[in-house]
Amino acid sequence: MRLDHVTRTFGSGRGKVVAVEGVCMELPRDTIASIVGESGSGKTTLARMMLGLLRPTSGVVLYEGVDISTHDARRRRDYWRSVQGIFQDPYSSFNQFFRVGRILDDAFNLWPAQPPRKERQERVAAALDTVNLKASEVLGRYPFELSGGQGQRLMIARAFLIKPAVLIADEPTSMIDACSRASILEALMRLRQEQGTSILFVTHDMGLAYYVSETLYIMSQGRIVESGPAGQVMESPQHPYTQRLLADVPRLHQAWL
Amino acid sequence: MGDVLAATDVRAYYRTRFGGQIRAVDGVSFALAEGEVLGIAGESGCGKSTLARALAGLFEPPLYRAGGRVSVEGEDLYEMDAGRLRSEVLGRKVSYIPQSAMNALNPTRRISRFVQDVMRTHYRAMSRADILARARERLRALSLPERVLEAYPFALSGGMQQRAVILVSTLLNPTVLIADEPTSALDVSTQKALVAMLKDLLQRKIARSLIFITHDIVTLRHICDRIAVMYAGELVELGTTDQVIFDPLHPYTRALVGAVLVPEPGMRGRKLGTIPGAPPDLGDLPPGCRFAPRCTEHDEECRARHGELRLVRGRLVRCARLGDAAKEEARCE
Repeated sequence: MRLDHVTRTFGSGRGKVVAVEGVCMELPRDTIASIVGESGSGKTTLARMMLGLLRPTSGVVLYEGVDISTHDARRRRDYWRSVQGIFQDPYSSFNQFFRVGRILDDAFNLWPAQPPRKERQERVAAALDTVNLKASEVLGRYPFELSGGQGQRLMIARAFLIKPAVLIADEPTSMIDACSRASILEALMRLRQEQGTSILFVTHDMGLAYYVSETLYIMSQGRIVESGPAGQVMESPQHPYTQRLLADVPRLHQAWL
Repeated sequence: MGDVLAATDVRAYYRTRFGGQIRAVDGVSFALAEGEVLGIAGESGCGKSTLARALAGLFEPPLYRAGGRVSVEGEDLYEMDAGRLRSEVLGRKVSYIPQSAMNALNPTRRISRFVQDVMRTHYRAMSRADILARARERLRALSLPERVLEAYPFALSGGMQQRAVILVSTLLNPTVLIADEPTSALDVSTQKALVAMLKDLLQRKIARSLIFITHDIVTLRHICDRIAVMYAGELVELGTTDQVIFDPLHPYTRALVGAVLVPEPGMRGRKLGTIPGAPPDLGDLPPGCRFAPRCTEHDEECRARHGELRLVRGRLVRCARLGDAAKEEARCE
């Protein structure tokens, strides 16, 4: 996946907001990268453009060399089989009128031909198992009956069901407790090992980004201000914004205030 | 220095529709000293927010008081009638900032209006000018911009809203400030500013002691004197910050501390602490140790016997197995 000078603005005239400005980045196969930025830095807008949910004002998002804005309905469905997203807010991501069982089963609609019912059920159960959700507990419930963490895990289970080539995870663990977060991250790493899935984390959590990713992109006010191998960015940040961000992160072994 | 707040065997349960009860806070005891910062850590659903409400005496159905006592400067909150609790204790002695309080600011009113509301409730005769002068002085002392007073909540950033909430709730110099997840919805830089403000409040003795509730252990490390770890409605470990973070004893505390992600060398490639399974149903608690079903070190006895908090290596821990280890240690010495 490649982004070429992607810009997105909202509004016009005096109220114009440039959310993302001239972002170029590359996400090769079988890598884990993170976009780190504070709220309002444009990272979610960028993720939405990469998922084809929002059109760039200018610039292109290329997947396997093809501009994704040129996709017709059928190609779009194929695209979403390869590129999947996990969103910040599980409550606004699922149809509130469907039970969890139906929501997960609908994921199979991305394929032209659906596997038989029995196989679908088995795969749903296996996917729920990887994210520590009990099928008997969640399948009959509505999304609003789940806790925030359960909802986020449900989205990750859906990603496991689809087994995409690229997974864009926008704050995937913001509602999950530290201990279950560790097991979710393990599950995502396993997805990468088994399927060669590339994962892009979009997060404000430096600790998380540093722990999971090979490449870091630091985003501020719509621009990527610094990028490079995680260790390098963390140990010798060059841009003043990155330096400040790192100085503000609390640590265990160093004074903070 | 004496204790400003003492909680003794506090029990706060929720009544369910079918006559059951959710034991969200189930026998919590601790004392808070003058000038002390106590952190309460634990995962969601462990009862830490309910504990905050119980400490402020705020029982609203379905939450009810099932036992225990909370005394602030020697006065028992639970013996007091509701009117006195409201006019003389809340805000003055105990100030409670609920989770995401900043979202509860009425968007049609300027911050100065909240300031007046609080002051008028307690000092009927105070004039508007006096109140605003006092608020301005406070803002200056905390090096916050004075324009905050004349702003509407939506015109302020999340961090500034949260600081405005803290300003309003500490106007009357409370003895105990209880802050529930004050930093959780904020960016790192704003988090840092907020924690600095809380420390400043303590140093200037505007708030005389603080109970800081969060799931974020790393933040606690930088502000607390002591940390209490909560699991399934009870405290499982209570010790100094260094004891809990750098030498945790309870298996749950160890997993919690082991799951921390910080950008420090040596973090990458380290195995994170994970806990299998889910916390127990607070309406149907196991008879023995509440952590036993998820504990990697439990034995038959753990499942059968519910342990008490005991002093092990200078801190309180609720784990029967650790008691034995301590005895062995003593024998070796």
